[in-house]
Amino acid sequence: MGYCPNTPEEIREMLAVIGAGSVEELFAPIPAELRAKSFDLPPGMSEFELMRHMKEKAAACGAEIVPFIGAGIYDHVIPAAVDHLSSRAEFYTAYTPYQPECSQGTLQALYEYQTTICRLTGMEASNASLYDGGTAVAEAALMSLRITERNRVLLDASVNPLHREIVTGYLHGLSAEGVEVAQKGCGSDLERLMASIDEETAAVVVQNPNFFGSVQDFSALAAKAHEKGALLIVSCYPVALGLIAGPGEMGADIAVGDGQSLGNPLSFGGPYFGFIATRKRFIRNLPGRIVGETVDNQGRRGYVLTLQAREQHIKRHKATSNICSNQSLCALRGLIFCASLGRKGFEELALLNYDKAQYAKSALSGIKGVTVLNAEATFNEFTLSLPGEAAPVVERLLASGVAAGVPLAEYYPGMEKALVVTVTEKRSKDEIDRLAALLEEALCS
Amino acid sequence: MAKFYTKEHEWVEMDGAQATVGISEHAAHELGDITYVELPKIGKSVKQFDTLAGIESVKAASDIYAPVSGKVVQVNGKLEDTPELVNESAEGDGWICKVEGGDAAELGSLMDAAAYAQYLKGL
Repeated sequence: MGYCPNTPEEIREMLAVIGAGSVEELFAPIPAELRAKSFDLPPGMSEFELMRHMKEKAAACGAEIVPFIGAGIYDHVIPAAVDHLSSRAEFYTAYTPYQPECSQGTLQALYEYQTTICRLTGMEASNASLYDGGTAVAEAALMSLRITERNRVLLDASVNPLHREIVTGYLHGLSAEGVEVAQKGCGSDLERLMASIDEETAAVVVQNPNFFGSVQDFSALAAKAHEKGALLIVSCYPVALGLIAGPGEMGADIAVGDGQSLGNPLSFGGPYFGFIATRKRFIRNLPGRIVGETVDNQGRRGYVLTLQAREQHIKRHKATSNICSNQSLCALRGLIFCASLGRKGFEELALLNYDKAQYAKSALSGIKGVTVLNAEATFNEFTLSLPGEAAPVVERLLASGVAAGVPLAEYYPGMEKALVVTVTEKRSKDEIDRLAALLEEALCS
Repeated sequence: MAKFYTKEHEWVEMDGAQATVGISEHAAHELGDITYVELPKIGKSVKQFDTLAGIESVKAASDIYAPVSGKVVQVNGKLEDTPELVNESAEGDGWICKVEGGDAAELGSLMDAAAYAQYLKGL
């Protein structure tokens, strides 16, 4: 494909055809003050210079900083197979690869992705992926409104605050409301959540592990929700599911989450993918694309998009969602990631995260004035209380090349001293020890 | 008991206060192989001509409208596993649901079998 701009000769020809004397004359109707003064482009670079330039830019943006930041998006190892296989042209260049007659490979990969998500979450039916974790939580909330024909969603305040904001945004204008239920310490206030479920409640939304890193059992909450005719939506962190009980096991009706941690790089915020899975009886209420297995006219196994009557090209404004696409490539990376690790490898990965985080937890809570706020079990993330405000301490450690965590003040007023620290399998013992030493130094000076 | 029909091809049969509702044989034939019937929730209240249920076939997805007002008291559970019953017996075993509390006067705005047959000829 050519990336050459028009030659001066071509520009002259085009101007002659439309009868303009010059490019300047062509754009004359646009007031001067609205026109670009200058694009301020630097001179061209060679490939080598460009690589060096971009590396310098990356370093300036903090690519060399050791991250103990999670809070929804996680720095995990990505096996080389993920990049290699997902960048094969058959997958990489396909756009809307949904025609079964020419897209069996992509459709089969998405079908296997759906199977993988069901196995991870313990649910029965998954779609072919959504945009990201936040919109997945929102789509689950909308799904609960359709299934129950009710209009109130209870949002546990320990659910990712950004995701809660998206849910509230989606509910706005649908004559439905999202009601937040305050957390208790670093966990969901189960008693209060249960007491808040009434005949108008479509669903309760919780997250496991939650934004503070706490892991909880929501089985009793699921039972209570069902007793009242409401659903339980559990947002989860897929890597944690290698170790902790999944949403299905706890009786959840819809499991959602961000799939980034499965084989997708941080990339300054995306693209990622969201997943959503549910019970078989709710499959017709799922949003988005679903791939199904079938047989062709000679009895051979094949894959097609299925249950499309839910979607807007058929149901128009009555469709389950305005989503008519999915995040195929990112979901494919998720599938290859899971397949590369296998069941045992996935469990080992989860255990490694837990063990390293436990080491960090004890190292950091050994510092004078620092305590762990989670009364509950944690996975690879936990909340610390520092002696003073957390944000300035994080700023200070950044200068030493370590991102110590996410200060909670921005999301939870009154928690100025709280810091959420994340330790994935990528963090070495040396890095954890360095974080502890830097934190101690910052707090003691 | 006599059936009454809507222009949207639903039928209703009143038995005292209870009305049985389904889609006409003509509608079932036009839809082709029916793959799914979205049954209403028991207890759902509808006004005449409100959306009552949904139906999907290999060709289309359509709404089923309430021929009379009332409250859903029973649904044809057999359709969950055998939606093809609607093709086999649209105006018999393939009924959709039963509605109670309707006003018999609403039947006045519907067609009887003869009028419906005439209506179909004009389509």
